[in-house]
Amino acid sequence: MTAENAERIAAIIQRYGGDAEMLIPMMQDVQAEFGYLPQAELKELAGRLRVPLAQIYSVATFYASFRLMPKGDHTIQLCMGTVCYLKGADRISEAIQREFELVPGGTSPDGKFTFSPVNCVGACALAPVMVVDGEYHGGLEVKSAVEVLHRVVESDRRGETAAGSPARSVAGSGNGSKQP
Amino acid sequence: MSIVQTRLESVKDLESLRQRVLAEQDLIAHRVRVCLGSGCRAKGAPKVFERFRQAAAELGDASLVVQTKCTGCHGFCERGPIVVVDPGNIFYQNVREEDVPEIWRESAVGGRVVERLLYHDEETGKPATTCEAIPFYNAQHRIVLAHNGAIDPTRIEDYLAAGGYAALAKVLGTMEPDEVIDVITRSGLRGRGGGGFPTGRKWRSARDAPGEPTYVIANGDEGDPGAFMDCAIMEGVPHGVIEGMIIGAYAVGSSQGYIYVRNEYPLAVKHLSIAIEQVRELGLLGEDILGSGFCFDIRINRGAGAFVCGESTALMASLEGRVGEPRAKYIHTVESGLHEKPSLLNNVETWANVPHIILKGAKWFASFGTEKSKGTKVFSLVGNVKNTGLVEVRMGMTLREIIYGIGGGIRDGKAFKAVQTGGPSGGCIPAACLDEPVDFDRLTELGSMMGSGGMIVMDEETCMVNVAKYFLQFLRDESCGKCAPCREGTAQMLDVLTRITKGEGREGDVETLERLGELLEDTALCALGKTAAYPVLSTVRRFRDEYEAHVQRRQCPAKECPGLFRYEIDAETCTGCGLCRKKCPVEAITGERKAPHVIDPEICTDCGTCFDVCPFSAVIKV
Repeated sequence: MTAENAERIAAIIQRYGGDAEMLIPMMQDVQAEFGYLPQAELKELAGRLRVPLAQIYSVATFYASFRLMPKGDHTIQLCMGTVCYLKGADRISEAIQREFELVPGGTSPDGKFTFSPVNCVGACALAPVMVVDGEYHGGLEVKSAVEVLHRVVESDRRGETAAGSPARSVAGSGNGSKQP
Repeated sequence: MSIVQTRLESVKDLESLRQRVLAEQDLIAHRVRVCLGSGCRAKGAPKVFERFRQAAAELGDASLVVQTKCTGCHGFCERGPIVVVDPGNIFYQNVREEDVPEIWRESAVGGRVVERLLYHDEETGKPATTCEAIPFYNAQHRIVLAHNGAIDPTRIEDYLAAGGYAALAKVLGTMEPDEVIDVITRSGLRGRGGGGFPTGRKWRSARDAPGEPTYVIANGDEGDPGAFMDCAIMEGVPHGVIEGMIIGAYAVGSSQGYIYVRNEYPLAVKHLSIAIEQVRELGLLGEDILGSGFCFDIRINRGAGAFVCGESTALMASLEGRVGEPRAKYIHTVESGLHEKPSLLNNVETWANVPHIILKGAKWFASFGTEKSKGTKVFSLVGNVKNTGLVEVRMGMTLREIIYGIGGGIRDGKAFKAVQTGGPSGGCIPAACLDEPVDFDRLTELGSMMGSGGMIVMDEETCMVNVAKYFLQFLRDESCGKCAPCREGTAQMLDVLTRITKGEGREGDVETLERLGELLEDTALCALGKTAAYPVLSTVRRFRDEYEAHVQRRQCPAKECPGLFRYEIDAETCTGCGLCRKKCPVEAITGERKAPHVIDPEICTDCGTCFDVCPFSAVIKV
């Protein structure tokens, strides 16, 4: 780990006054900065906080939002809430996994997508919902869900940053899954 | 952004600030309110809002001021994005970016109504100009959601203008802590998070509990899939939750509060953070609030994605930076909770009720509802119902009034089968019980529960065994694994259910499910495990014939479980386009171009690809 990264960890700890009780918020910040929880940085966090690494590991593996592996260029959060499920989210999930060689919680072999099925994003009126890089896509079907992701790949290829808005599902403000 | 930078030193200061805010508001006669709740946001409301903002900025006429503001969820998410124009309170629905110039020109500036964007009654075709004329709204009674959609959640001025923090002023200025608890007790308010425990009694226990400090916590870890009431409250009226908490803290003698918000609700976190900053600046949080000598502050903690953290002891463990494992509650958390100190935990909606009760009185609140369930309840009405969204109704309204009156009935002309309430711990209520009133006790008697307020409507094409399997799967995944009955029991039950939905059910499986379910209820450590079997037990009780059809006849009556029904191509509808033939992964479909195709049931794996791709809906389930 670089000295610069050690500084970043120190700064995160400082943000919470070094209070070990704030471990979860600190880990959330580490993940927000690094995209995941890198091992060396967690060791640094453990050392500085004087908290056993095992405790940090148990927290990291208990909560679904923590990742110990780097994520892909784009994050897919597929809502698996009751309403989305009733309206076919499981079939969308299967189709996405097939199409992009994904497993729940995993990243595609080409590093494009990280796939996280989530319990409920609280947009039940739009079910089924998929959040791609913070943009909400609602009222999906198997076909349109796969198309949304193909458009992301396509716009990457053309060197653009954002996916275009499909006719039925329009983009959100972009702060969906990112933390303030 | 706040129009006041100075600290409020007294109740009088607060009132004079309110008067200044109100005086300033009167100048703005024209107003465009765009809903930026999660639902409308996902449907493109931010772009709509941006267009209105631009239009307002470019308005050349200095004599006319048109204010644009974003608001919290209006509830009618089905019809979003929603835009309301004042004067006239004109309610526009399904507003697209390209509609903005017309609304701006005609309505916001011109004061006329753009009829094509109004809500039109499905039966009569008559347009409704204001939301009060829409059946979805006029049967509701909004207390907690009263300001949702009217105020900008990021502007404290809006909340003040709507009477915000007047309840706090009343409490600090004129009431003793015991009086506050007394009012809450007499109001009959019960915990909105699911348990339905009398709030006043909980407050009393927290006040009387020995040891200090006492903590006050808001549970915003709304984990139930299919529920977003608390999300909308935190996003739409964050100050309502905060004001309720400050009042609660005063009543039980606490100086530190926590709001535990679910990780998947970034907008709620943002709005609560802004709101806390604003009240700190005004001195409504911090030292010596309004000169009363009372000190209190609030911290926000984000959850990290664990359903079990909605359970009180798990939530407190999580607040302490540990894994969210519950503990046995032979000592209640009001006596020994966070850091083993007295801790008062209430749900977000419970807190949001408090200021209203303080201002209008216990009697007023108790005048709504049934004998033992007072006030209103917010439900997220979703699933196969026409008008999905957020509704707030008086306790005691019947399921039929909610689903058919407000919800407009079942989508696509299908038949109602069941309504699932109470989240993963709840149960499914069949059509025969539609005329039952909705309150805490009646729902429990029906084998379900109030829960936090999810109300998921299911039509005839929903397989109840599959629904039970869904919830079991959810709970198996979310079980923390601390106690064996829950960890092993949910896995075993899921095994049996999976077998049944695959057509491999055996004689006696349903009885096994019932036995395991009772075992869980009797022996699991926390509420998650104790109630984990409810979705199974309630569907077995109400829809036993569906289980039997799966087990004995290998059939799924709702045609949902793959393998327990077949796909066929309707020769009359099929145009012979050949799309299904090309997409079929196992080449089970044959047919000439422009002639009806046929599926060979011997080869077909029931994957459903043909069903998904057919542009003419010619593939049917039999």
